[in-house]
Amino acid sequence: MNNGFSIPRFRLPILVSAIGAHLPQWPHSLALATALNAAAKLGVLPADNLAQLEGRCFVIEVLDVGGQASFNYYKGIFRPLFKVPEVPDLCFRANLSAFLQLLVRQEDPDTLFFNRELSIVGDTELGLLVKNMLDAIEWPPLPKAPIFRH
Amino acid sequence: MPRQKIPQLICPAGSLPALKAAVDYGADAVYLGYRNDTNARNFAGLNFDQKAMLEGIRYAQSRGRGVLMAINTFAQPGRAADWQHAVDGAAGLGVDAVILADVGLLDYASRRHPGLRLHLSVQGSASSYEAVNFAHREFGIRRAVLPRVLTLAQVEMVIRNTPVEIEVFGFGSLCVMNEGRCWLSSYATGESPNTVGACSPAKYVQWDRSPGQMTTRLNGILIDSFGDDEPAGYPTLCKGRFEVDGETYYALEEPTSLNVLEILPKIASIGVAAIKVEGRQRSPAYVAQVTRALRAALDELARDARHFHVKPEWQAELARVAEGSQVTLGAYNRPWR
Repeated sequence: MNNGFSIPRFRLPILVSAIGAHLPQWPHSLALATALNAAAKLGVLPADNLAQLEGRCFVIEVLDVGGQASFNYYKGIFRPLFKVPEVPDLCFRANLSAFLQLLVRQEDPDTLFFNRELSIVGDTELGLLVKNMLDAIEWPPLPKAPIFRH
Repeated sequence: MPRQKIPQLICPAGSLPALKAAVDYGADAVYLGYRNDTNARNFAGLNFDQKAMLEGIRYAQSRGRGVLMAINTFAQPGRAADWQHAVDGAAGLGVDAVILADVGLLDYASRRHPGLRLHLSVQGSASSYEAVNFAHREFGIRRAVLPRVLTLAQVEMVIRNTPVEIEVFGFGSLCVMNEGRCWLSSYATGESPNTVGACSPAKYVQWDRSPGQMTTRLNGILIDSFGDDEPAGYPTLCKGRFEVDGETYYALEEPTSLNVLEILPKIASIGVAAIKVEGRQRSPAYVAQVTRALRAALDELARDARHFHVKPEWQAELARVAEGSQVTLGAYNRPWR
């Protein structure tokens, strides 16, 4: 379901992750938590599913970028965590291309998981809930700009 | 030249975007379920609440496609009313058929809603024409979904001896193909598709990573461990690797997907009414990819059955989303009986 454009599978040079890992990680966490709160406010994320995230902490790790975002969901708000939890409730790990392919629904998360391009560690049921929540989001159609055409 | 009659394409919908993808890419009907244990894909965050259900049914039916509702688990003691309400709800929503497995529920549906079209679920485990005809005689089922245990010759035998339409699986993850009768999940967790609507429920699954290795446990039972470059499968007992007589291997079955593209002309010629794609638990991306490939193949078959050949791009698209990235014809071409 790629609406005419596709994201290739790629891996950023090791240098990128070497540098990325030494940069402060809190901006990623802040940006992601802000985006999630905006999505929740828009009603894109179903309230009954959100309630099941209460009190849980999450880590998203983009391996080839060397970046990490960690946040929790507490009292109905996504909050960035400035210290990465040692044992998060759920951790997704993948390279940037896999995350981008997931985001635009070009690839199926199970496919990426089977191919070992996506790792999900932690509370499996929570992982399934988050995966299915993201799958159920009705994104608005992409703009018909030339960049999105063949 | 008369066009070859081709089977309907029945696609999975675990969410509204998946349903729309199936319809947009050419499914003749979608199958879906409520967000509870009345269907065999009762996973966290999956399936349809009332609002999404209404919109999904409207989306499909307004485009001339069917909606089949799976209520294919077995009513649990003391809670039969939950399953009966699900059937009443489906009838009220105007779905094109309900897919049932439990004979008690089939009986209820046939008496309470005589106009409601009934399909016998694969979980009903009817693998002979006698079983199919019994459900037809007693409950008036119009279609039966066959378990994936039969050879194509055996499927043909069923079709020749029943007035009931026959639906077979065309693509998707294979289980041990003993639908409705498998106890492996219950053995490990006490819960199974028939009882709670999920095989190997996620709350019992633990994936652990250590350098160079990932292990999978189901309720504490080690079922597999993967090197970093090895493909993974679903965390079910049947897909585990176990030590048997000093050898460690997929003792029950390899993680693989069924794919019937190669035998599509034969499936159509023996009179299969519909082929079903497995995977309500999969994402809209999977549904789009599989529906698109199978639609193209079926259209090609309808256009010119005699010169039908499988195009590499269809196979490539299906192989990409297959579990274990490998596909099989399963029992359909089994030489032994």
